Amino acid sequence: MAKHKVTMTINGQSVTAEVDSRLLLVHFIRENLDMTGTHIGCDTSSCGACTILIDGKSVKSCTYLTVRADGANITTIEGIAADGTNHPLQQAFHDQHGLHCGFCTPGMIMRSIDLLNTNPNPTEKEIRWGISGNLCRCTGYNNIVKSVQQAAKEMAKETKETV
Amino acid sequence: MIPANFTYHKATSLKEAIALSEELGEEAKYMSGGHSLLPMMKLRFATPEHIIDISKIDGLSYIKEEGDYLKIGALTTQTELEHNSLLKDKYPIFGDAIWLTADPSVRNCGTIGGNIAHGDAANDQPALMLALRATIIAHGADGEKSIPIDEFFHGFYMTALEPGDILTEIQIPKSKKNSGGAYHKVERKVGDYATAGVAVHLELDDDGVCQEIGIGLTNVSAVPMRLERGEELLRGKVITDDLIEQVGVFASEDAEPESDLRGSEAYKRSILKTITKRMLNKALERARQ
Repeated sequence: MAKHKVTMTINGQSVTAEVDSRLLLVHFIRENLDMTGTHIGCDTSSCGACTILIDGKSVKSCTYLTVRADGANITTIEGIAADGTNHPLQQAFHDQHGLHCGFCTPGMIMRSIDLLNTNPNPTEKEIRWGISGNLCRCTGYNNIVKSVQQAAKEMAKETKETV
Repeated sequence: MIPANFTYHKATSLKEAIALSEELGEEAKYMSGGHSLLPMMKLRFATPEHIIDISKIDGLSYIKEEGDYLKIGALTTQTELEHNSLLKDKYPIFGDAIWLTADPSVRNCGTIGGNIAHGDAANDQPALMLALRATIIAHGADGEKSIPIDEFFHGFYMTALEPGDILTEIQIPKSKKNSGGAYHKVERKVGDYATAGVAVHLELDDDGVCQEIGIGLTNVSAVPMRLERGEELLRGKVITDDLIEQVGVFASEDAEPESDLRGSEAYKRSILKTITKRMLNKALERARQ
């Protein structure tokens, strides 16, 4: 079985490992690195529970070979805010009741980060289409949309303050 | 689900990729975005012994007009196509299609070259390429070749690409004045393959006579299909409501859909008629703007 040495940055930390060709990135993150915030839902790139950021872009990590991430900069749900603090999207999902069971939430948040980076002031329709690859079986999506709207406002304020 | 064992190889240049493919033989498959091939490998529908990763090859990601052509590099992702201002301004048919292709995270990975090279009539880009009369540029052991789109799709997952060939560029005749295109597909849910889809591109002269027209159909035949009878009827005429009605009927008659989870054969023929008429009207509207 072919092994490959890979080095990538995950949540700011450099990680080096020897991996099989066929190891999926979601398994590497959950099983090798013990970071279980990234979930496995459908395992067929439909549900988005495994969404992470690779070089700032949302990707379904169940459909990505670990070996292809060599040299990449990866962010998972564990890496979006310092311990004890919430990212504006995490805070908004809390404030707006954007989750019931919470299984889809990490993926929803990682996808929404990419959405708001690309489009800081999305319309409701753009939010709904923007998270169309992330399935939630509990909320009916209304409170998720409200959460993303609240976070968009908060993040716009933060950007203004830093400028 | 975990793919069967294979050996991964990364190519950093076209030359290296083609040499690897020659060396490893027919059990090697190229992977670009990996969002068609890897799902098939996880389901063990595909069990290649070697994967040659071509996604890191430099210089195959671009969208530009050059000479008489719009040229798109094969590794350009669907997301890059979606946000490109040249395509937004002059080739809105791409925006129509990409908006309906999979979902944003998949589009961050999936490439236009992969969408076409996969040779799947359920993908959206093949119908666009037929409507736009694209030429496919590929590189292989024998050098560069240029394949007209009408000779590209051979069968279910089969194309004119020989083992070792890499699709490198898509060339589309540059948008002329009084031209317009449109695409729509009916899907059961966001991100699904088409129940049926229609791509139309047409060019009018100053008197409103249709000079050129392409109509491509998605997921209603084993091989991506051109609606030849519809094109022939409209070429050289001023397009009227009656003619559009007739082409809608041709689409419903000439397509070869099969009943499946997405709908019955009769339903697919029925929606094809409707989408074809709508897309002809939308393309006409855009051409007249």
